[in-house]
Amino acid sequence: MIRDNLAEYLESSAARFADRPAVVDPAGWTIAYEALNRQADALARFLTSRGVTRGDRVGVVLPKSVAAVVSLFGIMKAGAAYVPVDYTAPTDRCRGILTDCGVRALITDAGVLGVVPDQVQTPLAALIVLGDIPEGQATAAPATPFATAVEEGGLATDHPRSASDLAYILYTSGSTGIPKGVMLTHENASSFVEWCSTVFEPHEHDRFSSHAPFHFDLSVLDIYVSIKHGATLYLVSEELGKNPKELARFIKTNRLTVWYSTPSILTLLVQYGNLDGPSGWIPRLVLFAGEVFPVKHLRELQRRWPAAEYYNLYGPTETNVCTFAKIPAGIPSDRETPYPIGFPCSHCQPLVLDSNGVEASGAQDGLLYISGPSVFRGYWNRPTENAAAFIDRDNVRWYNTGDVVRWQPDEGYLYLGRRDRMVKRRGYRIELGEIERALYLHRAVREAAVIAMPDSDAGVKITAFMSCHNGNVPSIIELKTFCAKHLPSYMSPDIFVLRESLPRTSTDKVDYQALHGTVGATKGVRQ
Amino acid sequence: MDSVKETIRHFILTTYLPGESPANLRDDTPLRKGGILDSLATLGLVNFVEKEFGIELDAYETAVDTFDRIEDIAALVERKRGR
Repeated sequence: MIRDNLAEYLESSAARFADRPAVVDPAGWTIAYEALNRQADALARFLTSRGVTRGDRVGVVLPKSVAAVVSLFGIMKAGAAYVPVDYTAPTDRCRGILTDCGVRALITDAGVLGVVPDQVQTPLAALIVLGDIPEGQATAAPATPFATAVEEGGLATDHPRSASDLAYILYTSGSTGIPKGVMLTHENASSFVEWCSTVFEPHEHDRFSSHAPFHFDLSVLDIYVSIKHGATLYLVSEELGKNPKELARFIKTNRLTVWYSTPSILTLLVQYGNLDGPSGWIPRLVLFAGEVFPVKHLRELQRRWPAAEYYNLYGPTETNVCTFAKIPAGIPSDRETPYPIGFPCSHCQPLVLDSNGVEASGAQDGLLYISGPSVFRGYWNRPTENAAAFIDRDNVRWYNTGDVVRWQPDEGYLYLGRRDRMVKRRGYRIELGEIERALYLHRAVREAAVIAMPDSDAGVKITAFMSCHNGNVPSIIELKTFCAKHLPSYMSPDIFVLRESLPRTSTDKVDYQALHGTVGATKGVRQ
Repeated sequence: MDSVKETIRHFILTTYLPGESPANLRDDTPLRKGGILDSLATLGLVNFVEKEFGIELDAYETAVDTFDRIEDIAALVERKRGR
């Protein structure tokens, strides 16, 4: 049943499971359902009293914490949409996002007060700060301590709720410029949550991981499916999330039953986590999404955790998960091809169009379009991108995922890649052109061309081909160091190949096909 | 000590710096602070060092200040092996 507001999941569970543990903070303490709901209500009253109204955006720039979960629900209860921002990202990027969507209020941490946007047009209605503000530190607006904002008291406020209201805006990853804000409604999220209920059959004794940060859409499953069913959500801090041994211990100690993350994290767990074998604790469900899972690592994980059920979930932020594939028990030892993205979720309708815009038949390749209640409203304030993202067919609005797929009757959709130059690496969207632009900033670089190739170990490998101005050839180490300064680590090339000049087509463009052809033979050799 | 350094150097070159001249990867090149190894690559290096030399490293022993240059890592290995 689609909910008019995601907060209803918390409200129902607070009534049914009042004293059950709802969320466990990274520091280890627990908040029960009723208390979580009361704090969220108090926060909603506070925001409303400060003038936050239906349709407003409220920024959330916080580390993983119970306070962050309270914030999400409090904001939605006030009728506003939350805008989660990576608090570890550079200040400029944070401010850019908060300014782009014009947040009316902001909930942040005392350690990152630099993210508060300049009060150019509209001053913030509220600035709520978690933690102690350092002595002498000025704040751009009068700040309210978080504890004050969630104090009891005040009349309950009733807001009209509608499933078509915005629940949150997730900004797509990108290192330069302002990334796009994906607008998602309560209906979008709720239709996905309802699908999860039917497929995964969660219950109040489940213990969910919350590995993904709240600005990634994997968090939507973690938070709302867990809370809907009265289960317990175990928050994984950013630091813990990058430490495979400690993470493995965390899963075991807390006897987590549902794990959801990108394949990269699971690969780290299996390679460095010292996972117990089949006799140790095994989650009942292992869900992964965001990138291709190299089969050799998935197979090894399944050997350590044979009793778990594994699901490959596929879907852009714009639709959340829209297809899924259950991985069979006992992956054959000789299988190398990654598993398909599988069958459409029951709440999503797929459409595959060939390059002429004609519906692809049988096993023909084509672009995947999705329609249904989980398809996002659009990008915040991006009319050009919005026009390009959707097509209208028979009075139905379809979203163009940009992914090329092929239908196979037994296994569902096979993911083949994209026609543009965007790839997923460690779960992030990266534009190969952005990497090239960064390389061109190096004064020695004359030409730069970046390609991505599937890799049975890493999922994807990024190779940068370059030619340099005479006599000024940088070492690979210099290039790595340069990239580390200009690009986030997930965008840094794996291999650098230096050439006299790059192959060109008859129209004098870089011949990417030719470069792809050389990758097997070349292994970062200077020529 | 030299063979420990060479083993580490060879691993880093072949795994993270294909095509680089060994001479460019010096004993005192800052691997992490210099942006040559990101957090993922560091995990790989720590794992390699532990398995290759049969030692176990605690989190504080792999902090970025002390586990950053081949010469420091080799010295750590020697200490853990009791030489």
